[in-house]
Amino acid sequence: MASDAMEVHTYESEHLATSTGLPNIKLAMWLFLASDCMLFGALISTYVLYRGASVVGPYPNDVFDIPYTSVSSFVLLASSLTMVLALAALQRGDVGRSRVWLLATALLGMTFVGGQVYEFTTFAHEELTLTTNLFSTSFYVLTGFHGTHVAIGILMLLTLLTFSFAGRLGPEKAETVEMVGLYWHFVDIVWIVIFTVVYLIPTGNPA
Amino acid sequence: MSEAERATELSSQAGPGAAPGLHPGSGHVARHPTPKEYVRIAIILAIITAAEVAIYYIEAIEDLLIPLLFLFALIKFTLVVLWFMHLKFDSRTYARFFMMGLAGAITLFLIVLLTFRVFAG
Amino acid sequence: MTSVSVPAERPRGLLSRPTATTGFWSWFTTVDHKKIGILYGITAFMFFTIGGSEALLIRLQLARPDQDILSASVYNELFTMHGITMVFLVVMPLSAAFFNYLIPLMIGARDVAFPRLNAYSYWAFLFGGLFIYSSWFLGGAPNGGWFGYAPNSAIDPSLGMTFYSLGLLITGIASTVSAVNLAVTVINMRAPGMTLFRMPVFIWMGLVVQLLLAFSLPIITIGLTELFFDRRFGTHFFDPAAGGDPVLWQHLFWLFGHPEVYILVLPAMGIVSEILPVFARKPLFGYQFVVFSGIAIGFIGFGVWAHHMFAVGLGPVANTAFGISTMIIAVPTGVKIFNWLGTLWRGDIRFTTPMLFSVGFIAMFVIGGLSGVTHAVVPSDYQQTDTYYIVAHFHYVLFGGAIFGLFGGIYYWWPKVFGRMLGEGLGKLNFWIMLIGFNLTFGPMHILGLQGMPRRIQSYPESLGLSFWNLVSSVGAFLIAVGVLVFLVNAVASFRKPKEMEADPWDARTLEWLTTSPPPEYNFDEVPVVHSLDELWHRKYSQTQGGRVVPVPTGGSGEALGSDPHGGGHGGGHGIHLPGPSYFPLISALGLPIAAYGLIFNWWLVGAGIVLVLAGFYGWILEPSAE
Repeated sequence: MASDAMEVHTYESEHLATSTGLPNIKLAMWLFLASDCMLFGALISTYVLYRGASVVGPYPNDVFDIPYTSVSSFVLLASSLTMVLALAALQRGDVGRSRVWLLATALLGMTFVGGQVYEFTTFAHEELTLTTNLFSTSFYVLTGFHGTHVAIGILMLLTLLTFSFAGRLGPEKAETVEMVGLYWHFVDIVWIVIFTVVYLIPTGNPA
Repeated sequence: MSEAERATELSSQAGPGAAPGLHPGSGHVARHPTPKEYVRIAIILAIITAAEVAIYYIEAIEDLLIPLLFLFALIKFTLVVLWFMHLKFDSRTYARFFMMGLAGAITLFLIVLLTFRVFAG
Repeated sequence: MTSVSVPAERPRGLLSRPTATTGFWSWFTTVDHKKIGILYGITAFMFFTIGGSEALLIRLQLARPDQDILSASVYNELFTMHGITMVFLVVMPLSAAFFNYLIPLMIGARDVAFPRLNAYSYWAFLFGGLFIYSSWFLGGAPNGGWFGYAPNSAIDPSLGMTFYSLGLLITGIASTVSAVNLAVTVINMRAPGMTLFRMPVFIWMGLVVQLLLAFSLPIITIGLTELFFDRRFGTHFFDPAAGGDPVLWQHLFWLFGHPEVYILVLPAMGIVSEILPVFARKPLFGYQFVVFSGIAIGFIGFGVWAHHMFAVGLGPVANTAFGISTMIIAVPTGVKIFNWLGTLWRGDIRFTTPMLFSVGFIAMFVIGGLSGVTHAVVPSDYQQTDTYYIVAHFHYVLFGGAIFGLFGGIYYWWPKVFGRMLGEGLGKLNFWIMLIGFNLTFGPMHILGLQGMPRRIQSYPESLGLSFWNLVSSVGAFLIAVGVLVFLVNAVASFRKPKEMEADPWDARTLEWLTTSPPPEYNFDEVPVVHSLDELWHRKYSQTQGGRVVPVPTGGSGEALGSDPHGGGHGGGHGIHLPGPSYFPLISALGLPIAAYGLIFNWWLVGAGIVLVLAGFYGWILEPSAE
C-alpha cells in the first residue's frame, strides 16, 4: 500500500490540471451568473406582467425622474470600466493602480446605491411605498434585489481593497479580482435591462 | 514577457506535470483588450445611454421608441458581456453556460407573458 | 493504514483550525465528500421516517369514511408537510447523498471542486429542514399544500406558509450552491482519459440534475420571495384586489416544479443504469441513447410546466402546446425503458436485492409513466386533475420510481460505504413487503380518482362508495411501514458484522469499486487513468474471439487492478492534496435560519443572522483550504 505519510499542500492556490483546462472557480462563476439570469428574468417578467395593472396610483409617470436615473446608469456603467481597468492593472503587475481602480469602482457602486436610496426616499415622500400598489410592489422588489446584488458586490470590492492594502492582493490573485469583476459586470448588465424595461419604456397611466 | 505570454500565464492554464490525457489550453487567452480599448467601449456605452435618454423625449419618433430602446439595450448588454466580461476572448464553454441561462430565461418568461396575453393589443 | 499528515493546529483568532478527521466532532467540521454524503443520507432517512409517519396519519384518517381522528386544519398541515418533506427533505437529499459520495469516486477524483462549499450545502439543508419543522411549535406548520397556491398561501393567517417560504429559500440556497459545485466537479475534475462519453450514466444524470437545479431553483426563489413579501410586508404580488394575479404564482412554482420532478427521478434512473449491467453481467444497452435521453428529458422538462395548470384557464392554445410537449417528453423516457430492458435481455441475471429494486423501479415507473401520459391528454386531465388519480400517478413515479431506485442504490453501495453488506434475506423481505404494500396503497388510488375522490380532503362520506379502496390503501400504507422497518433492522444488523469488505464484492464495472471498501480519505492511492467506458470491467475482463468474457490474467497484458503503469509507483511522486476540516461552513449556514426567524419574529435576529453569515464567510476566505 502507499508507504509513508503523504504531503499535504495548499489546495486551491496551486493550478490543478482540470479536464477542460479551465479553472473551477471561473466555470462556477459563469454557471452561477447563468442561473442568476433566471432569477432576474422572473423578477423582470413579474414587473412586465403587472405593468399598467395597478388599481391605484402613484403610477410610474408620476414619480420617475429619467434624467436623475440616467445619471445612475452612467455611474454604474463607469464602474464597470473602472472594474475592468483594475483587473487589467493587476494582471500587468501594477498593484498600486489596481488599488486605485478598485477604490473607484467601490465608490461608484456606493454612489449608485446612494442614488437609489435617495430615489426611493423621494418616491416614499410622493406616497409610493412598498405596499402602496402593484407598481410599487414589483418595482421595489425588483430594484431592491438588484440593489442588494450591488451592495454585496461593494462588500466584495471593499474586501478586495482590504486585502490589497494589506499587501495580499498581488498579480497572482488576479483571478479572484476577475471573478469579482464578472459578478460586478453582471450586475451592470441587469441594470441595463432594468433601466430600459422599467424606466424608459413608457407605462401608460390607466385612464 | 510579451502581453500574450503574460496573459497566457495568468489565465487558466493546466499547470506543469498535468496528468496524461488532459488537454490544457482550451482556456487559452488569445489577447486582452488594452485599457484604451476598454475606455473606448465605455465611451460608446455612455453615448448610447445618452441616446436612450434623448429619444425618450423626442415625440417625433414615438412609434420607434420601444424597438430603438431594445436595440440600444441589446448593444450595451452585448458590449459589456463580450468585452468587459471577456467572453469574446475566452473559452466557448463559459459562453455556452451563460447562453443557457440567458436564452432559457428569455424563452421561458416570454412564454409565461404570452399566456397572460401581455402582448395582445 | 497510512494517514495523511496535517501540521499542528495554528491558532487563528477565536477558533483554531480543526484538524481531526475522525471522531464525533469531525462530522461537524468535515469537508470530505464521503462523510458529507453519509450525513445527507442519514438526515434524509430520518426525514423519511417522519414524512412516512405523516403519511400513516393521513391514511389512518382516510381509512374509514366520516372520521375525525384529525381535524381539517391538522390534516391540511399533514399533507402539506408530507409533500414538502418527501420532495425537499427526503428524495432530494437522498439523491444528494449518492451524488456527493459517488461523483468524485466514479470520475476518479479525490473530492469535489469546492469541498467547504459542499459542507455548507449540507448544513444549510439541515438547518432549512429543521427550520420548517420548527413551525409545528411556533405558530403552525405549513398548510397550503407543498405547491402553496396563491392567494390562499398568501393570506392564510397562521405562520405556516411563512415558514414554508423562508424554509424552502434556505434549502434552495443549499441546493443551488451544491448544483454549481457538483456540475463543475463533473465537467472539470474527471480522471485522465475519462472523456464525457466514458462517464458512467449515473454521472451524466448527475450533471443533468445539477443543471436542472441551477436553472430552476432561481425561479422558485423569486416565487417564494414574492409570497413571503405578500405575507410579511403586505405587498400585492398575488393580491387580486390590487391587480395581482395568483396564476403568476403557479407559473413561477411549476417552472421550477416540473424540472424538479426530473431532478427527483433522474438520479434513480442513473442508479438503475449502473445496477442493471452489473447484475446482468452485460454492458448497458445503448449507452449513448440512455445519455442523450437523459439530456433530452432535462431539456424538454423545462417546456412542460403548464401541464400542471390545464384546468386554470390558460386557453386552448397554451393547453394544446403544453399537451403536445408533455407527450413528447414520454419519448426519451420510453427510450430509457427499452434500453434497460435490452440490458436485461439475455443477461446472466442475479436477482440480488439491488437488482430487485431496479427491476421494480422499471415496472412501477412504467405504470406511473402510463398514467402520466393519460394526463397529457388535456380533456382527460380535466377529469383527472385534483383527484386521487393524480396522487396515484406521482406516487408511482416518485415512490415506485425514485424511492425504489434509491433503495436499490442503498443496497448496492452499502458495502462500499460501510464495509459490510446488508443482509440478502432481509433485503429481499424488505423489497417484497415494500412492493406489495406500495401497490396496495397506490394502485387503488387510480380507481378512487376515476370514481371522483378529490385530493386534499380530510374525510369523505360513506355514500360516495369510496370506502373499500380507501381501506385497502390504508392497509397498504402500514405494510410499507413494515417494509421500512425491515430495512432499518437490516441496516442496524449490518453494523454488527465485521468491517471486512473487499473492494469489489459485486464484480462491478465502475471506478468506485477500484478502491477499498470503505475508501480511504483520499479515495484512490493513485488517480486511475481511464481508457474506456466501464473502465473497471475492462481492466478485469476482455472478450475472446467468440465473444466470451474472460478474466484478464493478473500480471498479463492487461493492467492489473489497482495499479497504473503510468503512475510510476504509489503516490506517483505527487503529494496528495487534501482540503482540511473547517468550522466555517457550519457557522455561515447557521446564520440563515437565525435570520429567517428574525424575519418572522424580531429584526435583531436578522442582524445576528447576517453577522453570523458574514463572520462565517470571512473566516472561510481567510483560511486556506488546507494548511
